[in-house]
Amino acid sequence: MSFLDVENLTLRIVRGPRILRAVSLSVDQGEVRGLVGESGAGKSMIGKAILGTLPRAIEVVSGRIRLDGTDLQTLSARERRRQIGAQVALIPQDPLTALNPVRRVGPQITNRLVDILGWSKDNAQARALELLDEVHIPDPARVMRAYPHELSGGMRQRILIASAFAAEPKLIIADEPTTALDVTVQKQILRLIKNMQAKHNTALLFVTHDLGVVSKICQSLSVLYAGKVIEDTDTRRFFAGPGHAYSQALLHATPKYTDPDDSLTPVPQQVIDAVEAEVAEFDKGLGA
Amino acid sequence: MLLMRSILARLVATCVTLFGAAVIVFFVIRVVPGNPIAMMLPPGATEDDIARLQALYGLDKSIFEQFVIWLGGVVQGDFGTSISLRQPVLDLVLGRLPATLELSIMALVIAVIIGGAMALTGTLRRETRTEAAIDVTGGMALSVPDFLWGLVLILLFGVLWPVFHISGRVSPSLDFDFATQFYLFESVLRLRFDVWADLVSHMFMPALALAIPLAAIIAQLLKQSLKETMHLDYVTLARTKGYPEASVITREALPNAVLPTLTLIGVQFTFLIGGTVIIERLFSYEGLGNMAIDAVINRDLPLIQGIVILFALIFTVVNLVVDMTYAALNPRLRHA
Amino acid sequence: MHDARSTMRRPIGLRLWLSGGWVTLLVLGAIFAPLIAPHDPLYQDLFAGRMPPVWVDGADPNFLLGTDSLGRDVLSRILYGARLALTVALVAGVLTCLIGATLGLIAGYYRGWVDMVISRLVDIWMAFPPVLFAILLIAVLGTGLTSIIIAIVVIDWTRFARVVRAEAMTQGTMDYVASAQVAGRTRFGTMLTEILPNVLPTILALLTLEMGIAVIVEAILSFVNLSISTDAPTWGGMIAEGRTSVHQAWWVLVFPLITLFLTVLSFSQLGEGLKDYFDPVLR
Repeated sequence: MSFLDVENLTLRIVRGPRILRAVSLSVDQGEVRGLVGESGAGKSMIGKAILGTLPRAIEVVSGRIRLDGTDLQTLSARERRRQIGAQVALIPQDPLTALNPVRRVGPQITNRLVDILGWSKDNAQARALELLDEVHIPDPARVMRAYPHELSGGMRQRILIASAFAAEPKLIIADEPTTALDVTVQKQILRLIKNMQAKHNTALLFVTHDLGVVSKICQSLSVLYAGKVIEDTDTRRFFAGPGHAYSQALLHATPKYTDPDDSLTPVPQQVIDAVEAEVAEFDKGLGA
Repeated sequence: MLLMRSILARLVATCVTLFGAAVIVFFVIRVVPGNPIAMMLPPGATEDDIARLQALYGLDKSIFEQFVIWLGGVVQGDFGTSISLRQPVLDLVLGRLPATLELSIMALVIAVIIGGAMALTGTLRRETRTEAAIDVTGGMALSVPDFLWGLVLILLFGVLWPVFHISGRVSPSLDFDFATQFYLFESVLRLRFDVWADLVSHMFMPALALAIPLAAIIAQLLKQSLKETMHLDYVTLARTKGYPEASVITREALPNAVLPTLTLIGVQFTFLIGGTVIIERLFSYEGLGNMAIDAVINRDLPLIQGIVILFALIFTVVNLVVDMTYAALNPRLRHA
Repeated sequence: MHDARSTMRRPIGLRLWLSGGWVTLLVLGAIFAPLIAPHDPLYQDLFAGRMPPVWVDGADPNFLLGTDSLGRDVLSRILYGARLALTVALVAGVLTCLIGATLGLIAGYYRGWVDMVISRLVDIWMAFPPVLFAILLIAVLGTGLTSIIIAIVVIDWTRFARVVRAEAMTQGTMDYVASAQVAGRTRFGTMLTEILPNVLPTILALLTLEMGIAVIVEAILSFVNLSISTDAPTWGGMIAEGRTSVHQAWWVLVFPLITLFLTVLSFSQLGEGLKDYFDPVLR
C-alpha cells in the first residue's frame, strides 16, 4: 500500500457543480508524483482536500483519503489536523504571502516542532539552523532573527522548504512552488526541492501546470481535466507518447526549453470536445 | 529618522490643536450672560464689593488681557482659582482626574475583553448562526449610546436584580483612608481586596455602560480584519502544521488583524472619555465630568476652562500614544 | 458563499420596516398629541402622585402608564415630549447636515488652504468632549429650543464634514470628474453636478443617523436640566425624574426610556439601512 492513497474523491461547490470527479491517485514513499492540468482543472483542490484546508464553500461528496493506511475521514477534525501536522507538509505557491509578516522567521520554522511535535526549544532551534544550511541559506542564525519583509522571494521560498522538511514529514505537497518566482530562481528552487526530497526519501505530490517541470523531477504523473484524472502513468512512458489524446495535445502545447523555435500548437477543439464528452458521460453515470 | 520627523510634526499639530481649543473655550464662555461674581456674594453686597471681587478674579480687564494672563498662567501650571469652590483649579482638577481615569481605563478593558471575545467567537464560527447573532447584537449595541445603556443597566442591575451599586464611587460606610485619589489602584497595592471589591461594584455599571458601544465597534472591526486575514496563505500554512482552528486564529491571524483595530480603539477611546461626562452624572460618580457639569451650572469660568483644557489634553495625548504604539508594533514601519 | 451572504442580509428588510414603523408612529403621536393624549401633560395632581401603570395593582385606569411624583400623566408627557424630540431631530439634523456637508464638500474638492483651515478646525473640535461642549454652549446661550438646536449644530457639524470631505476627495480623483472639467465645466459646477450626487447617499444616511443623535443630545440636556423650561414635558427630563425615584416608581423611568431607546435605535437602523441600500457594492 502506498503512503498516500486517494480513492474516488469527488468534491463539489456546496449545492453547485462538481469540481473533482472520482479522483484516485497514490504516492509511495520516496516517489515524486506530478499532478498536471490547466488552471481550473482542480489540481490544487486535491492538495487542499488532503490537507483539510478546503474553502468552506466546497464539500466532499464521496471518496476516501488514506494516509499510511488510516482513513482521514474516520478521525475527528482535531485529530485529523494533528495527523496532517505531524506527517504532511505544504510548500505553498507564493512565498511572499506564506510567511507571517509580523513574526520573525525562526519561530515560523520551529513552531510546528515545538507546539505539535513536542520538541524542546533548543532542539528545534538547532534543527532549524541545520535545515536552513541544507537549503543553502547563508548566515542562518541571522536569517532566523529577520522579519520576512527583509528577505527576497527566493530566500523566503528556501525558508518555506526548510520549514516543510524540518519535521521529517512522510509526505510533502508542493502547490506550484515555483510559479511565483523569477525564472532564474525557479530552476534553483526546483533542484533544491528534488535534492531535499531524495535526501529525506519523502513522498512528494507536485502540483503544477508545467509539463517541463514534471519531466525534470517527477517519476509518475496524473493528468487532470475538469476534475477528472485523464491519465495516470509514469513520466518516461508519458513523454515517450501519452495514451490519451488530451495528454498528447497538452504535451504539444508545452514549450521545450531545448528548442525555443519549436512552434506551439494549442489544444485542438476536437480534443477538448472529446474530453468534455467523457466528463459529461461520467456525470450522467452519477445521475447529476 | 523619518519616524522622528513625523513624531515631531504630530507634536506640533497637537500643540496647535490644544491652543485652538484653549482660544475657543476661553472666548465662548466669556459670552456668558449673567455675572458669576454676583452669585458668590450674599444679598446686599455693594457695588464696591463686586468690583473688588472682580478685580481679584481678573474679570475687570479686557477680554484679550484676560486671555494673555490666563494663558501665561496655564503655561506655568496655574489655571486660576475656582469661583464656586474657591480652591486652585489645578488642585481640584487633579484631585478628580484619577477617578475619571480609573473609570475610563476600566471601561476600555471591559470593551476590549467583550469586543475581542465577540470577534474571536465570530471568526471561529464564521458563516453560522452564531456569527449572525453576534452581528445583530453588535449592531444593537452600536446604535444606542452609552447614556441609554447606563439607564438600562440601572434598571436591570440596580432595580430589577440589584447586584451592583448604581451611585457613588465608594460606600461611605467603608472605613478606609485613601492616601491617593487612585482608589482602585491603591486598594490593590495595599492588598485590601474588600475595598477593591466595593470600588469595582460601584464602577462596574458606569464602566460597562461606557464599554458597550466600544465593545461593539471593536467586535465589528476586529472580526472583519480577522476574517480577511483567515484567507491569507500563512494562515492556511499554519493550519497544515496541525494547529487547531482556535490557535490558528489567536496565534497567526490576530497579531496582524489587531493593528487596524488598534488605531480605531485610540480614536474611540477619546469618545469614551468624552462619554464619562454624562455617565458620571448618571451614576453620581465623583469624577471630572460630574464636576464639569456642576461648574457649568455654577458658571465657574476658571474651573470650566481648566477641565475642558484637561480633556483636550487627554484626547490629543491618547491619539499621539496610539500612533506611536502603532508604529512600534508594526515591524514593517519600525524598520522603514 | 453567496447563499450565506443573502441569508445574513435578509433581516435588514425587516429591520427597516420595524424602525420606519416606529418613527411613523412617533411622528403621528407627536402631531396629534393634543387629540390623543388622555391628559394635560402639565396638569399636576399631587393626590394622584406615583400611580403605577394600569396592569399593576393599585392603579388608576385613567392613567395608562401611571403618573410621576407630581401626579402628571406619563403617557401624555411622552406624547408631548415627542414633539420637542422630533422638532429638534428634524431642524438640528438638517441644519447640521447642510453646514457640515457643505464645508466637507468644499474642503474635499477644493483642497488647498480651505481644506487646511477646515481640517484643523475639525481637529480642534475633536479635542472637546461633545457632551461637555453642548452643556457649555447651553450655559452660554441660555436654555430654549433655539439654543439646543444651535448647540447641536455647533458640536456635530464635524461628523458630516469629516465623512463628506473624505468621500469628495476620492470622488475628485476619479476620471469622470476630470473629463467633466475637460468638457469645459467650471470647478464649482463640477462639484455640484459630478461630486455632490455621488456623495448624496452618504449624506442622507448620515442625516438619518444625526437625527437619532440630536434626539439623544436633547435628552441629555434635559437630563441635566438645561433643555427648555424645567416643567415642560421632555423625555430627558422625565428620565432625570425617574432616575431619582427609580426605587419607588420604576415606570416613571422605564416608559420614557423605552421610547427614547426605540427612537434612537430606529433612526440609526434607518441610517444603516439607507447606507446599505445606496451602496452599489452591497446591493
